[in-house]
Amino acid sequence: MGKIIINKERCKGCMLCITFCPKGFISADKKLNKKGVKPVKFEENPECLGCSMCAIVCPDCCIEVYK
Amino acid sequence: MKKIFSHPKSLRNISTHYCSGCGHGIAHRLIAEVVDELGIRERVIGICPVGCAVVAYDYWDFDCSEAAHGRGLAVATAIKRVRPENIVFTYQGDGDLAAIGTNETIHAANRGENLTVIFINNAVYGMTGGQMAPTTLLGQKTATTPEGRTSLMQGWPLKISEMLAMLPGVKYVERASLDSPGGIIKSKKAIKQAFENQINKVGFSLVELLSACPTYWNMPANQSLEWIKNSMIKEFPLGKIK
Ligand SMILES: Cc1ncc(C[n+]2csc(CCOP(=O)(O)OP(=O)(O)O)c2C)c(N)n1
Ligand code: SF4
Ligand code: SF4
Repeated sequence: MGKIIINKERCKGCMLCITFCPKGFISADKKLNKKGVKPVKFEENPECLGCSMCAIVCPDCCIEVYK
Repeated sequence: MKKIFSHPKSLRNISTHYCSGCGHGIAHRLIAEVVDELGIRERVIGICPVGCAVVAYDYWDFDCSEAAHGRGLAVATAIKRVRPENIVFTYQGDGDLAAIGTNETIHAANRGENLTVIFINNAVYGMTGGQMAPTTLLGQKTATTPEGRTSLMQGWPLKISEMLAMLPGVKYVERASLDSPGGIIKSKKAIKQAFENQINKVGFSLVELLSACPTYWNMPANQSLEWIKNSMIKEFPLGKIK
């Protein structure tokens, strides 16, 4: 079981984490952040693998992973 | 639950100026992780380039210097010779390392300076507006090749890593790609090797990283990673060159 915390204010909305999450638990948020971009959000789910794929591809180091 | 992934200590916990999806951010993080893991934060000196990564010193939390465009390896040579106990690396784009700085790059390599080079190949000049770089692919449209690069007009993509690998002073050259989690993990391994080589006085070590520039490739970030995989790697094959 895993969990991620996304720094939404730093997120630039590149969506790479969405592309690489094997479970599809990350999606675009509706509310813009202070940068004016749509950040991503994580749906907490006990099936999150804590695999860190999202954090490894994030160019802006926005994601912390817990397992 | 235990925290298993977070910000490396050697990377400041701030937002960067890089475009959304830019590979520079990943490369910065990997270097910071390697510096932390090798415990060399107090010894390392980074030489920042001219190019989009010009203010990398604002992002790394260790000592850095700045070089004039292309002159990273000349500055690094001087610092390493005066302070051999420090671990000195350059971080250079394709325009910096393989166009304006070709001279400094080749001669530092040929002298076999005990330095580490992180070479970011994004196939364009990012900072100045997406002009053609030496590594631009044939057919690739850029600000200065609006119809696409042709060998007749602009020559072929320059394989500077393979060229440098021919020199006896060069001890390690590897090309890796920031196009996927697997590629990023391999890139980090190569970066670590290049730093370890300097610590062990092996000699000149270079890692070329294929890195996305979604802005001047005119593609969304995920398509940029596909383009690295489907087009760039064909021209710039991955793996250990030397
Ligand atoms: C002596 C000198 N000539 C030209 C320039 C203009 N210039 C700034 S960055 C750059 C190219 C940068 O491209 P690259 O090294 O590939 O890095 P990127 O921005 O793509 O990361 C050029 C030509 C300069 N700053 N100094
Ligand atoms: S990869 Fe990082 S910057 Fe890109 S959308 Fe995900 S959290 Fe945001
Ligand atoms: S122009 Fe390209 S290389 Fe420069 S910050 Fe933007 S995406 Fe990165």
